[in-house]
Amino acid sequence: MPDSATLEAVNIDQDEGNFSYPEDYAHDAGYGLNEGTVDYISNIKGEAEWIREFRHKALKVFFAKPMPTHWASKDLENIIFNDIRYYLSKGQTPTRNWDEVPDDVKKTFERLGIPEKERKFLAGVEAQFDSEAAYSNVKEELTKEGVIFVNSTEGLREHPEIFRKWFGKVIPTGDNKFSALNSAVFSGGSFIYVPPGVKVKHPLQAYFRINAENFGQFERTLIIVDEGAEVTYMEGCTAPKFETATLHSAVVELVAMKDAKIQYITVQNWSNNVFNLVTKRGIAHENAEIRWIDCNIGSRLTMKYPGVIMKGRKARGEVISIALSNNGQHQDTGAKMIHAADETTSNIVAKSISVGTGQSTYRGQVHIPRHLKGCKNNTECDALLINSSSRTDTYPAITVRGNQHATQHEASVSQVSEDQIFYMKQRGLSEGEAMSLSVNGFVNDLVREFPMEYSVELKRLIDMEMEGSVG
Amino acid sequence: MSQSLKIENLHATVDGTEILKGLTLEVPKGEVHAIMGPNGSGKSTLSKVMAGHEAYTVTEGTVMLDDINLLELAIDERSRAGFFLAFQYPHEIPGVSNANFLRAARQARLPKGEEVDAVAFYKEMYLKMDELGMDRKFTGRSVNEGFSGGEKKRNEILQMMMLEPKYAVLDETDSGLDIDALKIVAQGVNSMRSPERGFLIITHYQRLLDYIVPDVVHVMFDGRIIKTGGKDLALELEEKGYDWVTKELVPA
Ligand SMILES: Nc1ncnc2c1ncn2[C@@H]1O[C@H](COP(=O)(O)OP(=O)(O)O)[C@@H](O)[C@H]1O
Ligand SMILES: [Mg+2]
Repeated sequence: MPDSATLEAVNIDQDEGNFSYPEDYAHDAGYGLNEGTVDYISNIKGEAEWIREFRHKALKVFFAKPMPTHWASKDLENIIFNDIRYYLSKGQTPTRNWDEVPDDVKKTFERLGIPEKERKFLAGVEAQFDSEAAYSNVKEELTKEGVIFVNSTEGLREHPEIFRKWFGKVIPTGDNKFSALNSAVFSGGSFIYVPPGVKVKHPLQAYFRINAENFGQFERTLIIVDEGAEVTYMEGCTAPKFETATLHSAVVELVAMKDAKIQYITVQNWSNNVFNLVTKRGIAHENAEIRWIDCNIGSRLTMKYPGVIMKGRKARGEVISIALSNNGQHQDTGAKMIHAADETTSNIVAKSISVGTGQSTYRGQVHIPRHLKGCKNNTECDALLINSSSRTDTYPAITVRGNQHATQHEASVSQVSEDQIFYMKQRGLSEGEAMSLSVNGFVNDLVREFPMEYSVELKRLIDMEMEGSVG
Repeated sequence: MSQSLKIENLHATVDGTEILKGLTLEVPKGEVHAIMGPNGSGKSTLSKVMAGHEAYTVTEGTVMLDDINLLELAIDERSRAGFFLAFQYPHEIPGVSNANFLRAARQARLPKGEEVDAVAFYKEMYLKMDELGMDRKFTGRSVNEGFSGGEKKRNEILQMMMLEPKYAVLDETDSGLDIDALKIVAQGVNSMRSPERGFLIITHYQRLLDYIVPDVVHVMFDGRIIKTGGKDLALELEEKGYDWVTKELVPA
């Protein structure tokens, strides 16, 4: 039981993630972004010179690149980069023992149920609080097998021979303005290596928590799964509701070597002041498989298009995405499938739900060049509109050259009809319960693909959103 | 305390057109009443007004469920107060299994913090499905999606049996049923007849009333009850046609 002073300091709301602890940071890069900010971060981390240079180069690219407002939301212009703090930490180094985690941080993660989940079904956990991980642990037998699961600072410092080769290679700094920003100020995130043939049975989980207002979280994740190895990685994210904008801009790179399998699951539940601008991409080598399962709930604006570059013969890429945009929110999500070898297969299933004035946008890119043979793509995107003020847009771009490929594309827009809700209410369900059930029904076939624990979590989040949306 | 479903001088409009024009009717607890009437007389409108459909505006009159003023309650509150409507055209709920839907409806009736006992729930549901001759596979199928007309109607009765209302209105539950299905559905309804429950059975044809024998038959025409009688009234109507009552009772 926390003492009464702590309890008072916590703003409790009915939403599970909506609480924060008072700020007392040992390290604070201050507001705004310049070369000094980058040096501040690099100094604290005691980084190698090549990383510092990498950051400085990235900062230049970031400043040089325009905002992508010619195709994306104008709301991006409301991000005031000078009002954001780019590094905040309590000076903690990640510990393997929850008892050593600073008190507020530990309480935060306890309230989010992380230690409990770890005991129940996880092979490893990393819990990041603002800029740095506070806890990081992986089951001993995995360490013995050579599995590495650390944060970005440690990964680059302790295992450069493994990580440097792919770092910034799947997603080059200049891929977009926000990947450049991340490359300049990244901190935290997960660096994972799974040696050949090792199949990690239980998921590895990372949890990203923003606690401070006017803050940007820029975690950097790189997962390398060696030949014939397999891993499932799961990330969860939350932040309390603040009045001002908060920025979350991650870069996630995946590398699946020959015959490897990576499943990357995201269940995000950002509060509606968060700009969530994330770049995620994987490279799948011969006969490898990369699967992104992406559930986007909350945030003010999310822009995220997980991608797979199928580089080796028979490689497979998949994106399964669920986006829920509530009042005032915009989920701009999709998928990118780049076929770069023969007989590669990609599958995209995207479902979006728009509630009230919520807006969902699907952007897809499927690229199959002329010189390849036997490639396949399947794209399905379905939108559900809850109210007449809800919006959805679809921009599928499928470029298939040559005639030796099979592609299939289906899209649908449907609305929860008033009569359907009437029917459900006649059986005693409240408006919120009827909406939740309809929405859960709409995504049901996708949710069935998830590991149990996450489908339960997602259902709970949808229930919370829908009940909240009808007041 | 009154023990009936009591409709008094009910007037209701849809899109500015008056459909119910002063309808009065009382179903005491323990009785089964039938409403018969030609198409377009306002039977489905009556059932939806009682359920609280927002497209309809009540301009006058009351509906009392025992001592509860039904018209003051929200749609879901009416349901939880014990009012059930078996729809003439049941809606589909894509992706939501029959079992989950029923369970949610049962859950909605429990006090906060209490959970449906899953084992007991399934046991009860299977038993009732057996009574209605419904295959177990219907538990996993989305509510009414791809169901035949008859399957939808049986499903309505299953829901009624699971929710055990105080008063149930069945809107043309017989339409679209073959004779075997009709018998099964009637059996389901009959098994629920009790001194603690009232039924209002809306039907266009007398056929259903061979199997669910009513205590009272009302004839509805142009938004009103124009004749009330015993179960023989249904037979008479069938024989002579609706023209008979309308000519006899409604001055031109
Ligand atoms: N939206 C509407 N606007 C005007 N009239 C309507 C509307 N909906 C139904 N009606 C009319 O109400 C009358 C009663 O319909 P209904 O209650 O379905 O009759 P029944 O169930 O007895 O066949 C019909 O004449 C129908 O055309
Ligand atoms: Mg009708």
